Amino acid sequence: MVEQIAQHVMEVHGEAWTIKELFTLPNEYIYWSIQIVMYPFMTGLVAGAFVLSSLYHVFGVEKLKEIARFSLVFSFALLPVAMMPLMMHLQQPLRGIHVMMTPHFTSAIAAFGIVFSTYACIVATELWLVYRKHFVQSALELKAKQNPGLVDKFRRLVFTALTLGAWDISHEAIEKDHKACKIMAGIGIPVACFLHGYAGFIFGSVKANALWMTPLMPVIFICSAVVSGVALCILCYVVVQEFRKFLAKRKLARWANDSDAPTVEELEGAKHMEVMLSSNYLLYFMMAALTLEILDLIFRGYTQVKSWDILREVIMERDFVKIFVMQYGIGNVLPFLMMALPGRTVRRTTIATVLVLFGVFMMRYNVVIGGQAFSLSFAGFMDYHLPIIPHSIETFKEGLGGALAVIATPFILFYFINKFLPAFLKEESTH
Amino acid sequence: MDRRDFLKKCVMVVAGASVPLSALTLVDPRKVLAANPDIQWAFLVDTNKCAGCGFCVKACKTENDIPLDANVTRTWVERYVYTKDDRRYVDSPKGALNGFTESRIDLGKGEFKEIDPKNVGKAFFVPKLCNHCTTPPCTQVCPVGATYKTDDGVVLVDRKWCIGCGYCIMACPYAARFFHPVLKVADKCTFCYHRLSKGLQSACVNACPFGARRMGNIHDPNDPITQIIMNERVGVLKDEFGTKPQAFYIGLAQEVR
Repeated sequence: MVEQIAQHVMEVHGEAWTIKELFTLPNEYIYWSIQIVMYPFMTGLVAGAFVLSSLYHVFGVEKLKEIARFSLVFSFALLPVAMMPLMMHLQQPLRGIHVMMTPHFTSAIAAFGIVFSTYACIVATELWLVYRKHFVQSALELKAKQNPGLVDKFRRLVFTALTLGAWDISHEAIEKDHKACKIMAGIGIPVACFLHGYAGFIFGSVKANALWMTPLMPVIFICSAVVSGVALCILCYVVVQEFRKFLAKRKLARWANDSDAPTVEELEGAKHMEVMLSSNYLLYFMMAALTLEILDLIFRGYTQVKSWDILREVIMERDFVKIFVMQYGIGNVLPFLMMALPGRTVRRTTIATVLVLFGVFMMRYNVVIGGQAFSLSFAGFMDYHLPIIPHSIETFKEGLGGALAVIATPFILFYFINKFLPAFLKEESTH
Repeated sequence: MDRRDFLKKCVMVVAGASVPLSALTLVDPRKVLAANPDIQWAFLVDTNKCAGCGFCVKACKTENDIPLDANVTRTWVERYVYTKDDRRYVDSPKGALNGFTESRIDLGKGEFKEIDPKNVGKAFFVPKLCNHCTTPPCTQVCPVGATYKTDDGVVLVDRKWCIGCGYCIMACPYAARFFHPVLKVADKCTFCYHRLSKGLQSACVNACPFGARRMGNIHDPNDPITQIIMNERVGVLKDEFGTKPQAFYIGLAQEVR
C-alpha cells in the first residue's frame, strides 16, 4: 500500500486551505472549517426563530401573532439544515447515523441525536396543533370538490394524512389544541436553549483550545443564537410581506382577488407593528450577547494566563479587522445604533437585521476559525483561506459552494412547506 | 384477555427476557480477551540522546502505512535552537521525515532563517508521539466511541467506526492526531500495538540508532524503563491539561510544549 500511495503527493485534509507560519506542529491544520462555522450559525437560527415564536405562544404577546406563526414555520424549514453542515463536514458521511445509533455519552456531540430529535418532535407537534384546523378544513374542502385533478388528489392525500385522523374541529377541540400548543412551546424554550447551548458546549469544553475553553461559551452561543434567529425572522418577514404587498397591489396571486384579501394598507400596518415590537426583543438579546462577549475578552486580557500572549496577537493584530471592525463594529454597534436611535423605521430596522446576521456569522467565524488560527505550540500561526473555486469534492463541500448550499436550502424548503403550512393564514382563531 | 392480564403478562415477559440479557453483561468479552492488569505500556524518551536523524519517523510511516509524502505523521521530531541573543527557534520540516539535514530553520510559508553557528547558545531535539494519556481527552469526546483505551493503556482508533468528525483531533492538546489521507478516518500512534501483542518492539523504538526511544511495562517494577521513571527525574508534556501522559521525557526543557 505504501508504495502505491507514495507515487503521488498526498493531500491531507485541511492542507488545501491552511497556510502555516512559524512553528506549527506537523499534524496541525484548520480541520474545522467553513461548515463548522455554518453549523452553529444555522442551529442558532433554528433556536432563535423558535424562541421568537414562543414569545407569542407562551407569554401571550398578542401583537407578535403573525410573525410568531411565520417564525414557527420557518424554524421548521431550518431544522433539517442544521445537520446539513455536519454531514458535509464529516469525512465519513455515510457513517453519520452512528451518532444516533451508538452514541458515546461522554461526548458533547453524542447529545446531538437526542436533543435534536426531541426538538424536532416539539416543533412538529406544535406546528400540527397550530395547523390542525387548517388541515381538516382543507381536506374536507378538497373532498367536496367535483372532478378533482391530479394535483388536487395529491393535496387531498397529503392533507388527509396530515390530520392524523383527528377530524374534530369543534370549539372545545380547538381550545384543547391551544392549551397543548402552549405547553409544547413552554417545553420548547428550554429545549431550544439546550440545543444551542450544547453547540456552545462542544467548543467551550475543548480544553486543548485556549480560545474556546470558557464556561461562558454556551451562554454566549444561546444569546447570539436568539439574536440571529430574531433578526432572520424579521428580515424574512419584511421581505415576504413586501412581496405580498406587491402581489396584492397587482392582484397577481389567487388570494389577492378574494373579497376578504388583505389590502396594501393592512399589510403595511401589520408589518410595521410586528417589526417594531420584535426589534425591541432583538435589542435586548443583543445587549446580553455583547455584554458576555466583551466580558470574556476583558477577562482574558486581565488575567493574562499563559495563552494570552498568542491570543492577544491573534485577537488584536492578525484578526483585528475580522473581530473589531466586522464583528463588533459593522455587526453589533452599527445595527444597535440604527435600532436604538429615535425615529426608527421599518427600512432602517431591516437593514440593521442584515448587519446583525452578518455580525453573528462573523462571531461564529472568529470563534471557530480564530480558535484554530494559532498553534498548540503557541509559537506559530495558521491562516485560513476559504476555497472559492473547488478542485475536488472536498474543496467544494468545505468551500464557498458548500456554504452557499447550506444557506440556500432553508429558503427552498420554506417554499414547499409553505404550500401545506401557510405561514400567513388568514384566520382569527388560529393560535 | 383483559387489560390487567395483558399488562401482567407484559411485565413477566420483559422481566423474563432481561434475566439472560443481564447475564451477558457479567462476561464482558473485551475484558476477557484483553484484560491484563499486569501490563501498562509506557514510553520513555531520552532527549539527550536524540540526534534528529528521523529514522523513527520513516520507520513509523512505513510500518503503519502512512503515506511518506503526506504532511501528517504519527511521530515527529522537533528541533529547538536558542541563540545567545535570547531568541528561540523551533521547526520540524515534514515532521523530520528526512532528518535535519539543513542548518537553516524552517519558518513556514517557504521562508527560512539561517543562524550563525557562533550565535547558537543551546540546541536540542525532542521526539514526540501520542502520549497515550491515562485520562485521554480524545476518547472522551468521540461521539460514537470509535476511539478507546485498551486495558493495557494504549489509545486506539476503530477505523471501521470512525465517522471523521475531527472532534478528537481538536481535543488532543498534543496534536498527535490527524486524518489518514487515504482512509479518511482519524489516525494516531498505536505504540505499534500489532507488534507489541506479538512481543515485538514498536517500529520507532526498533529504528532509533541512539536508544533515545524506549518502551516498557510500567506495572512491572523490574522493567528497566520503570526503574528509570521511578528513580530518575523525568517529565511529561503539558501536564496542566490533567491528561496524565504515559510518555515520559528525560531532559525536558520547560519551553517544550
